[in-house]
Amino acid sequence: MEQGKIDSLYEKIEKQAAASGYYINPDIQFAKDLAEGLLVNEERYGYMLCPCRLTSGERMKDLNIICPCDYRDADITEFGACYCALYVSGKISRGEETAKPIPERRNLEDKGRLPVWRCKVCGYLCARENPPEICPICKVSGDRFEKFL
Amino acid sequence: MIYALSTCVWCKKAKSLFEAKGIAYDYIFVDLQEGEDKNMTMEEVAKWNPGCTFPTIVINGKCIVGFKEEEILENLK
Repeated sequence: MEQGKIDSLYEKIEKQAAASGYYINPDIQFAKDLAEGLLVNEERYGYMLCPCRLTSGERMKDLNIICPCDYRDADITEFGACYCALYVSGKISRGEETAKPIPERRNLEDKGRLPVWRCKVCGYLCARENPPEICPICKVSGDRFEKFL
Repeated sequence: MIYALSTCVWCKKAKSLFEAKGIAYDYIFVDLQEGEDKNMTMEEVAKWNPGCTFPTIVINGKCIVGFKEEEILENLK
């Protein structure tokens, strides 16, 4: 894989994360290795399958593990990082904690409908287990959210 | 034996740890296998780790799921 392609995907992910209240793994080589895995998977399968998960061979069955996967938010909240650790918590991004391998959440029982959280500052709504670390819109901290539904 | 994915960075860390310790190991990149080979490997992985996640590391009959560095080192003693 061309280094330029890897670098530009890394930069794109980093920029999007920063703009929407997420953090990328501060170990740049680690994050770039994951970006390379995403590019390899895109070439192989036609979509950016999580580099740390095995494809079922069908896009429909892989939908929940296309990056960013359906489990990212809950894993960052509970463990400080998503499954592959491309996305991490603020603490890990600042080097106050380190990313560790975490259990696979995917095969656990579906908890049913997610609660809806509302940012009390800008009104942003999101359906997820817990509020985000920071509001992707107005950037206030997650403790300013209220359970809405 | 390390059952790994060629794109997985945690699998890469596991392989590097064995290399750093100078310990010989076998590995299979399951994502590069196809058809019957892949099915057979996945049956083996499922026996050790029913969750079928990677890396699945088997050291002397003991299975470690994920790059759990301390647990790996302990089992390599």
